[in-house]
Amino acid sequence: MNVENRLANKKRRSQKIAFGIFSFTSYSVVALLFVILAFIVVKGIGAISWEFISEMPKNGMTEGGIFPAIVGTLCLVLASMIFAFPIGVLAAIYLNEYVKAGWPKKIIKQMTNNLAGVPSIVFGLFGMSLFVNKLGFGDSILAGGLTLGLLVLPVIIRTTEEALKSVDDTFRQASLALGASKWETTSKIVFPIAFPNIITGLILSIGRVSGETAPILFTVAAYFLPKLPTSIFDQAMALPYHLYVISTSGTNIEASRSMAYGTALILIIIVLISNLLANGLRKYYGKKVKMN
Amino acid sequence: MHKIESQNVNFYYGENQALHDISLSMKENTVTALIGPSGCGKSTYLRLLNRMNDLIDDTKMTGNILIDGTDIYGNSTNVDNLRKNVGMVFQKPNPFPKTIFENVAYGLRVNGITDKNEIEERVVTTIEQVALWGEVKDKLKKSAFELSGGQQQRLCIARALAIKPSILLMDEPTSALDPISTSKIEELIYELKNKYTIVIVTHNMQQAGRVSDNTAFFYMGNLIEYDKTKSIFTKPAKKQTEDYITGRFG
Repeated sequence: MNVENRLANKKRRSQKIAFGIFSFTSYSVVALLFVILAFIVVKGIGAISWEFISEMPKNGMTEGGIFPAIVGTLCLVLASMIFAFPIGVLAAIYLNEYVKAGWPKKIIKQMTNNLAGVPSIVFGLFGMSLFVNKLGFGDSILAGGLTLGLLVLPVIIRTTEEALKSVDDTFRQASLALGASKWETTSKIVFPIAFPNIITGLILSIGRVSGETAPILFTVAAYFLPKLPTSIFDQAMALPYHLYVISTSGTNIEASRSMAYGTALILIIIVLISNLLANGLRKYYGKKVKMN
Repeated sequence: MHKIESQNVNFYYGENQALHDISLSMKENTVTALIGPSGCGKSTYLRLLNRMNDLIDDTKMTGNILIDGTDIYGNSTNVDNLRKNVGMVFQKPNPFPKTIFENVAYGLRVNGITDKNEIEERVVTTIEQVALWGEVKDKLKKSAFELSGGQQQRLCIARALAIKPSILLMDEPTSALDPISTSKIEELIYELKNKYTIVIVTHNMQQAGRVSDNTAFFYMGNLIEYDKTKSIFTKPAKKQTEDYITGRFG
């Protein structure tokens, strides 16, 4: 009796300790995130005003707004997604639905993983030599968008693959057993079911693209350009690079300190909004798939 | 002539031989039950009949399978057309995440039927055919996931029947269902026999006894015995068959 009780107590105690450690680590991650957010909000909120988000930078970027950087970042996100999303999704469909197991598939997958591990500055250099110089796009939204697109391609491929993998194989079999072709099965059954999860890939890549600095450094980003881009061959300012500029090499770093935090806050808000938007889309399509 | 005729069929998963020299013929409008312990090859055999095993990499088949006298593994066979003629119902009810209506209409659409009225008419007739009409007629536009497991399985049968196959393969169609749903499906099988040739894999001995005309007993990739269901269950010729159906192993 006593022995049993002691054993039960011991089990309960070790369980408590284990769960204690788990919950501590997960809550500290959340706490850390909140500290960072709070830090940026507190430091940056003072800089935020209608002028800040709607006007050109003035007086050596120590006054005025960051409007062109916001527009530039949105353009870059759009350009990179238009390029990378279709290619990534199609590549993933090919990999998951069509290629048989074997060495070609292994090589493609390994290369995709390697691509994901390449430092972003290397993408920047590659983008500069290929898009800017070789193809002659110059420093432009096109060159920057393509470079960023290459950078997030592996993210999109991998998340899309996971989304397709999570589609129950019996749906494929049921469709094929009705005499549907592989393409009909993929396009009418598998893809619609996977679509809400594919959007997750889009969310992740939008976050990644809007925050990257190194790949746009030599391909598109302008140090100071107080006008909006009018075509994809124009240079543009971008939030992360602007942040870097006014915190390290601006005309008056001390004077633009609060603007730097304001810029960071805007960047975070953009990422947040795009995540919420994509999440809403995902939920909407998730419901629609069941009803269709 | 036999509806389905297999001649000396061998089947391999990689190096692993799953079926040994299976010769088995089935008449039109009969129900054949395939029984045997797990891993005996009965499902593998069933999936050869609509070439579902083609989907698995690194498999090999030798021998011939004829349906209506045509070699379904021959060069002139179009797999999509074969599968249109040989319908399949799976172990777990697997309606598509679509509406009840669209689940049945899907097969019609992929087989080139575009006329709205014809699709509607065939969806309704087929749902009636599986005795589901009364339960779903007011919610055809609702998700198929709102149905119970038994209803879902009958919907899957309707989905398979809508494109007018002549053969229906059923891979343990009631193993995930409760007894009442099971008996409804069994009644349905009994009625469908008039129009279709049915091959059913089952783990449930009583079910084989109730629904089938003939029974084939598989064991370790071999066809041990194949006879009228009555004979198999009353006086099996082989000791292994007797041991299995009396529950001594398997």
